[in-house]
Amino acid sequence: MIVFADVNYVEGTLVMIAKSLIIFLFVLQVVPLILLLERKLLGRFQARLGPNRVGPFGLLQPLADVLKLLSKEKFTPATAVPWMMAMAPAISIFTAVVTLAIVPFGDVRHHALFGASYGLYGIDVSIGILWAFAFGALAFYGLMLGGWASGSKYSFLGAMRSAAQLISYEVSLALSLLGVVITAGSLSLTEIVAKQDHIWYVLPQIVGFFIFIVAAFAETNRPPFDLPEADAEIVAGYNTEFGGMRFGSFFMAEYINMVAIAGIATAMFLGGWHGPGPGSLGPIWVLVKMFLFVVLFIWIRATLPRLRYDQLMAFGWKILLPLATLNALVTAILVAA
Amino acid sequence: MTWKPSQDVIEVQRGPDPGGLGGAYRAFGETLRGLRTTFGRLVEGPVTMEYPENKTPVYPRFRGRHKLHRFEDTGLEKCVGCSLCAAACPAECIRVVAAENTPDNQVSAGERYAAVYEINMTRCIFCGYCELACPFDAITMGNDYELADYTRSDLIFTKEMLLADPVERTPLRREGE
Repeated sequence: MIVFADVNYVEGTLVMIAKSLIIFLFVLQVVPLILLLERKLLGRFQARLGPNRVGPFGLLQPLADVLKLLSKEKFTPATAVPWMMAMAPAISIFTAVVTLAIVPFGDVRHHALFGASYGLYGIDVSIGILWAFAFGALAFYGLMLGGWASGSKYSFLGAMRSAAQLISYEVSLALSLLGVVITAGSLSLTEIVAKQDHIWYVLPQIVGFFIFIVAAFAETNRPPFDLPEADAEIVAGYNTEFGGMRFGSFFMAEYINMVAIAGIATAMFLGGWHGPGPGSLGPIWVLVKMFLFVVLFIWIRATLPRLRYDQLMAFGWKILLPLATLNALVTAILVAA
Repeated sequence: MTWKPSQDVIEVQRGPDPGGLGGAYRAFGETLRGLRTTFGRLVEGPVTMEYPENKTPVYPRFRGRHKLHRFEDTGLEKCVGCSLCAAACPAECIRVVAAENTPDNQVSAGERYAAVYEINMTRCIFCGYCELACPFDAITMGNDYELADYTRSDLIFTKEMLLADPVERTPLRREGE
């Protein structure tokens, strides 16, 4: 068997620090862009223009939003636990960024500029996709703490909803990716991408892909599964009592999560850096696929109304979970046979 | 469903059962239909009228800011200070104080004229009753609807402001448009 990617390629500490800085900078750049993209596209989907007043074509709109958030008061209700309220957005951001670290943008390759070989990903952990699940499970503490520590009823309801929703859909998400893991015979994202050089796993694992998309929407709290922050019923759920940049951090974490899920989908199902053209185009292909996935997120948001809570639960446990289990089972049997 | 008067019982037709495999299949189909609908809006492009730059034209009978009129030939004011508009006004926002015309101070065509004519735009409900009540067509409703101002006192329109040629800020809709 030809090894396409050098799995668990160990790099120096300095390189790791540089990579984490790059990831953080990437996140800081990409979130305002997605924010603008979402507002613009949402407008177009609703036959509107979207924001176009701040700067040319409204390009400075995210900057204006951030400035507004920064200048706002940090309000803490009398019933809240202040230090927990301060911690919750930090947990959310942290888990989201860490998940992004395992998304591979390219193979390990020799760079003439630096005179050494570097992999174009944050880290290549041997447990691979389990890393994403581990931090996905931790992310729930951000929402839960935020909602509970606010000491308000709406926040508490939102936190409860997010707890139930994340736990229900985490299982389906993991099971939907299990099919890919079994087919590839590896947990490492770089190796899974390297195995997709003739056929992307979206074709043999089409059922898993659809289950993954649905579960991913629920995991990122995006419409139609945005029950934790359902504006119409519970005001804004877990972030009702958050103001200023604390709210901004929650907001940012949601978008980083979206990018991270898009990255995982790209690596697991859409062939990662594979695409027509020379190998050096790899990172571009990853970005293009992630971009299309984010557009899908926005398109769905513009289309589907929010689910009722019992529908969400029934759908997760009665339809999605059995389907995902069946998919994993059938894949396992086919691979073993 | 059509109902004929001869029918005693109305048969209710219900949609298909939402549960089960068939329901899931239909839900999937409807989702795709919804996605197609929103994508159609994307292709069509926005219908937004960007307001301060482009204004939606108003219909000729649109009731906007009031205008007071003069006779075109003599230049005399049409208003004779009869206060019928003030009487008709449901919001009581018109104040008229009449004065006698004298030969050396002929303001209006009649015996008297409006020495004070004020409309309080913060109270006006733009019903157009003043226009209907006026026996000389001295007051009519114009097209202008951009009346925002910073202070309430600025919104009390005096006779001079109402008589002045109105700034044509609002495009008028053509016939049949």
